[in-house]
Amino acid sequence: MTDPILSLSDVHKSFGPIEVLHGVNFALRPGEVHALIGENGAGKSTTMKILAGYLSQTDGEVIFEGNPIRFDHSDEAEDLGIIMIHQEFNLAEHLAVDQNIFLGRELKKGWRLDHGEMRRRSAELLQRLDCRVDPATQVNRISVPDKQMVEIAKALSRDARVLIMDEPTAVLTERETEVLFEQIERLREQGVAILYTSHKLSEVKRIADRVTVLRDGTMVRSGMVEEFSEHDMATAMVGRELSDLFPPKAEGGAETVLEVRNVSVPGMVENASLNLHRGEVLGIGGLVGSGRTELAEAIAGLRPRDGEVTVKGTALPPGDISAAVKAGLVYLTEDRKGAGLLLEKTLRENLTLPLLSEFGNPLINRRKEEAALSKAIEDFAIRAPDRGMAVGDLSGGNQQKLLLAKTLLSNPEIVIIDEPTRGIDIGTKQQIYQLIADLAAEGRSIIVISSEMPELIGLADRVVVMHSGEITGEVSGADVNEQRIVKLAMGMDAEPEGTAA
Amino acid sequence: MTDATAKKPAARRSSVNLQAIGPVVALIVLVLIGISLSDNFLSYANVTNVLARSAFIGIIAVGMTFVITAGGLDLSVGSMAAFVAGVMIIAMNAMTERMGVTLPVVLLGMLIALFSGFAAGMINGLLITRAGIEAFIVTLGTMGIYRSLITWLADGGTLSIGYQMGEFYRPVYYGGIAGISWPIIVFALVAIIGEIAMRHTAFGRHCAAIGSNEKVARYSSVAVLRVRLITYALLGLLVGLAVVMYVPRLGSASSATGLLWELEAIAAVIIGGTLLKGGFGRVWGTVVGVLILSLIGNILNLTDFVSPYLNGAIQGVVIILAVVLQRNTGPAR
Repeated sequence: MTDPILSLSDVHKSFGPIEVLHGVNFALRPGEVHALIGENGAGKSTTMKILAGYLSQTDGEVIFEGNPIRFDHSDEAEDLGIIMIHQEFNLAEHLAVDQNIFLGRELKKGWRLDHGEMRRRSAELLQRLDCRVDPATQVNRISVPDKQMVEIAKALSRDARVLIMDEPTAVLTERETEVLFEQIERLREQGVAILYTSHKLSEVKRIADRVTVLRDGTMVRSGMVEEFSEHDMATAMVGRELSDLFPPKAEGGAETVLEVRNVSVPGMVENASLNLHRGEVLGIGGLVGSGRTELAEAIAGLRPRDGEVTVKGTALPPGDISAAVKAGLVYLTEDRKGAGLLLEKTLRENLTLPLLSEFGNPLINRRKEEAALSKAIEDFAIRAPDRGMAVGDLSGGNQQKLLLAKTLLSNPEIVIIDEPTRGIDIGTKQQIYQLIADLAAEGRSIIVISSEMPELIGLADRVVVMHSGEITGEVSGADVNEQRIVKLAMGMDAEPEGTAA
Repeated sequence: MTDATAKKPAARRSSVNLQAIGPVVALIVLVLIGISLSDNFLSYANVTNVLARSAFIGIIAVGMTFVITAGGLDLSVGSMAAFVAGVMIIAMNAMTERMGVTLPVVLLGMLIALFSGFAAGMINGLLITRAGIEAFIVTLGTMGIYRSLITWLADGGTLSIGYQMGEFYRPVYYGGIAGISWPIIVFALVAIIGEIAMRHTAFGRHCAAIGSNEKVARYSSVAVLRVRLITYALLGLLVGLAVVMYVPRLGSASSATGLLWELEAIAAVIIGGTLLKGGFGRVWGTVVGVLILSLIGNILNLTDFVSPYLNGAIQGVVIILAVVLQRNTGPAR
């Protein structure tokens, strides 16, 4: 076995008082594809970022070619040939391909840029990758997989010895994935060490030489890929007892309050149908990017759609959020800071924004607003040092509670909550779970979208699972367990539509 | 830990207050300078003159405050004012021929001015919201179009209202109640209504929300496009109103009418503390901004201290200073 080029030895990482990595040991070897798998929040990104010099460890050592090393900046790692390709591309959209490849390390002839040489070398690199993009094309005109190739070409131009890829196939089709795999194999033959993360276990099985499973910041299993079946991987990723973090599940009534028929959002969601009953908590599972959020936004009138959405017998017009709110259906966004709250504004202004007309017309009744805020602070146990402070200065948990209060202000009957507890501490999580259960007990109907399996399982009585924009299955009652959901989410248990798998 | 979190918002609030009173302090300083340099400064004639001349830009700047607060911009208002004035004068002259020098002609002329302004604002707004073209580009385009149209209507010269009609209409600028001239009264009313609309109505709150984060506003079921459209239409209407006050002053319109008004209006808004990127606006600040700009010119004219030709330079310094002060209070978050 070759010696590791880059490894972690008993690495711990804490953010503030919270330790997220508890002693990870991990080695990358030249000419080997190493897959790192685990649930969201298991510590994959943190591990990768430590390897690539974007974060530094709290304790333990990063070892490069046998010597402990400490990166103060990712540039230092890049200089050693350790290059990370992020899930969101780091490309300047308006620059040409070759300008991107040499961005920050432009080749020069005297004081002038050597355009010819950069273009020639870019063409060479792209050819090596079997990518037929003209280096002179602007990046915003090339396809997503081509962008991926440009990222790889950029890495190669820096003589990558370690290539870290964060879910490179999340944005690729099957065909494009094939091309990527050919490139990965080529790089492996050239002796590059590759770290690869993916939620798609079948891919891991195919491409990886070695697999490491992370769970809750701990390495639970590591070994050659032959030692794992896909099922083993899923079990290793999951295998966790659920504590009583969750209140008892409510049983839904018989009355259907929301009917979704053949809803499609071009390129995002295809023919999705589902029903929601009174007093029920319905989960929507699936990977990030599987179309969950898009489906929810289409239902809530935030996206154009085809297909029908009916609330208690009344059809909702597409793309009309006010009509949805009037019909008693609201959506709580997963993007708290980008779409949920005005960070520079006060709690009061945020709380009443969706329903200002209820607070006096034409003049807003400030006292009524303050009263609503007092009630929200009490009902949702929002902890704000100062009522007049900007929402951006609240903690994530308190922001989420305020967002809940804001969304529920119109007293809706149907509530779609997208990622109810993203980036929130465990105590607040529990409060929010209790709140969701209470809402259901009051006879409201809830849809919970979540990437966190335990959350779906702990909250939902019935779970609909999506994969690549389609609903691949539904589980309910005792079938609501992690393995069933993970399999559906990975597209492994899909209805025999693509029997080729 | 708790100490630190408790201190942070307090520190910020005090700096916001400092920023809030900044323009007022500048205005007071200017008034004091004016008093100390010229005996005429506080005379009835001078005060009335300054305020009445401020009224045109002021009325427009109040509308501009809403546009900018909602994250927009309108460069066309100066040209629009000239064009609307031209249309109004042509229409009134035509009507005078048939109906004589009568009150209905004046009232109809006013209605025409208000309507043309409103329509022009709607065109800007529709192009920006429905066609999805950037506000800067749309209004840069219409700025050129209206400027060119007034030049064409006036055939390169000046459009003048008939002499008798002009005499009849004059009191709308020069007359008033209890010694306060009409433009000042109208400006005050517009400012007061604007301030209330900005602070105490859903419309004002929605403008700030859209300017602060359009996506959040949309997800909060705010009718983003409609609110945007209304800000431009409202601004157009106020341009019409400013023209109604302006035409009786000189009784004419030419290609030089309303030149650079858009920049003065925008400058007044910014000096007043409204954020150029949107998200926060205050109408009273804009009023203070307008007064600051007018006073600079007035003081230079009254005194020999600095050449009046340097008016623009001093205004420029004030604008930049105002923005620098704003930046200090709105750090990267």
